[in-house]
Amino acid sequence: MSSELLVHPGLVLIAGALALPALRGTARTAAVLLLPAVAMALLWLLPDGLAWQVQWLDYRLAPLAVDRLSRLFATIFLLMAFGGGLYALGQPSRLELPAAYFYAGSAVGVALAGDLVTLFVFWELMAVGSTLVIWSAGTRAAYAASLRYAMIHLAGGVVLFAGVVGTIAATGEATFAAMAPDSIAHWLILIGFLVNAGAPPLSAWLPDAYPEGSWSGTVFLSAFTTKAAVYVLLRGFPGTELLVWIGLFMVFYGIVYALLENDMRRILAYSIVNQVGFMVAGIGIGTEMALNGAAAHAFTHIIYKALLLMSAGAVLFATGRRKCSELGGLFHSMPLTTICGSIGALAISSFPLTSGFVSKSMVAQAAADGQLLTVWLLLAAASAGVFLHAGIKFPWFVFFQKDSGLRPPDPPASMRWAMVFFAFLCIALGVWPEPLYRMLPYPVHYQPYTAAHVLTQLQLLLFSGLAFFVLLGYLKRTRTLTLDVDWTWRVALPALARGGGSVIAGVLRASGRVLAAGTQRLSRVIAREQGPRGVFTRTASITGMALWVMALLLGYLVVYYLR
Amino acid sequence: MSERPHWLDQPRNVKRLWRGFLVVLALTVAAEFAVALHPAFAVEALFGFHAAYGFLACAAMIVGAKVLGIVLKRPDTYYEADDE
Repeated sequence: MSSELLVHPGLVLIAGALALPALRGTARTAAVLLLPAVAMALLWLLPDGLAWQVQWLDYRLAPLAVDRLSRLFATIFLLMAFGGGLYALGQPSRLELPAAYFYAGSAVGVALAGDLVTLFVFWELMAVGSTLVIWSAGTRAAYAASLRYAMIHLAGGVVLFAGVVGTIAATGEATFAAMAPDSIAHWLILIGFLVNAGAPPLSAWLPDAYPEGSWSGTVFLSAFTTKAAVYVLLRGFPGTELLVWIGLFMVFYGIVYALLENDMRRILAYSIVNQVGFMVAGIGIGTEMALNGAAAHAFTHIIYKALLLMSAGAVLFATGRRKCSELGGLFHSMPLTTICGSIGALAISSFPLTSGFVSKSMVAQAAADGQLLTVWLLLAAASAGVFLHAGIKFPWFVFFQKDSGLRPPDPPASMRWAMVFFAFLCIALGVWPEPLYRMLPYPVHYQPYTAAHVLTQLQLLLFSGLAFFVLLGYLKRTRTLTLDVDWTWRVALPALARGGGSVIAGVLRASGRVLAAGTQRLSRVIAREQGPRGVFTRTASITGMALWVMALLLGYLVVYYLR
Repeated sequence: MSERPHWLDQPRNVKRLWRGFLVVLALTVAAEFAVALHPAFAVEALFGFHAAYGFLACAAMIVGAKVLGIVLKRPDTYYEADDE
């Protein structure tokens, strides 16, 4: 069989990433654009099934396994690498693009991993790649954020590893298949997955770290970690009811924090948690319709979220500003960025004729089919909320609202083309969803464009728009941030450690004093007994010694004769 | 937009946009007479449900966020000392 000749698309990207720093000029541009294209071709040449099988220790591993679901996610990861690579061509950092491709290749590796060991290895490589992407922004804030980010992900990795080891020990099998949270090991795996998905209680790692990336770095960051987590949850824990509630929490957490936020890229970062919440809820519902919806939504989400962050990156690139309170009126001089950003905003809001409309509605439909009224109502409210925080708030405060007087130009050609490409995809997938539907894991029996669906969605969205403008006074930008759970590890725990440190120091000082007093007393006793005048060390004269010896001998003699 | 870059800045046009928006809003609700909705739940069959629900849900989220903000908002220099 020729199976050994099949090439792993993720490893191609990783190998290319390691070679990228050596390239300059045209060769570098060509490599950046061709690597994802070549990997994509290799991916689609792979047959379904286990392409690679390896015997490692006592376990049969499948580092390269392909089915519909993994092909879908690997495809979108490679598409994202291409779009992001094009966008980042002008990025002066020599570290960022290689790190981003390494990160993307690892994400592809996760999607194509047929066993838990391979999955874990690529999972950790992803953490390394993404940390380097944040780090390469080169600011102090980015450095600090990358360390916090790495810490959370390494902790998540340890939990995942414990779960993987436990599962392998219990079953003797390393295969990555559907599980249920029915044993400690499976729970640990679920928790490890959820950490990367941005689920509570550690969700704050995402809006803390991602907005610290460079103008192009954040575009890459938005795509891989959370969606790889969605992929493994889809494969590993479909129909786990807990995920419905976790997902719904994420959805509203993202909306509320995004509404309070002033940093344009942090708004979009909270919006990632919100969008992943829809997917996680879909996975929890667990019907074929819901799982299709979650997978489709991950696909469309990567594109429009990258587009939104590209437009935000273009603004940051041109103005060096990231706070809504310092932006506004940019549509005057950045028409293309405004249009592309607005298309992304419409797509994330699931407007008819955009990609979000054909994907997110499948999750809501699954809730309706299952007669889950509460879930359905919450999802509908959340859909309205998405339009509120990402669909209107982001473009309104960045490109419109009060004129900031800034007149920066649209970004360079490579960035413009990347935005146009992704904006095109947002519309194309919305108008013509069949190619996406054909790639989904289950057969699709769903028609998004019914008159009733279009009408109800328009009502929901347009009236949320009305709410936005009516209540605009409540949404005034202030130069503030909003405390999130990262407060615990940025302020509370360090303070506790410092407090604990001073308690320990106090205890040490007190015990030191007691010890010193004891030692002094002891040394006084020793000095008395063993000192120059002490009983044991006093010197005596030789005459005295001889006299005593004589007395001893005489005494001995007397005793001898008396016996 | 590029040939007449400032048309959006004129209050007259902003007012027109508002009027147009309100007309569209009214039309989406009125269209319920023409389009057969297929409600999955009883509550969905109420006239103008999605419009009212969208507005009220958003108003609730904005107010909720505002209330949460009272407790959780800090000046945006709050963390800067740690990042130095």
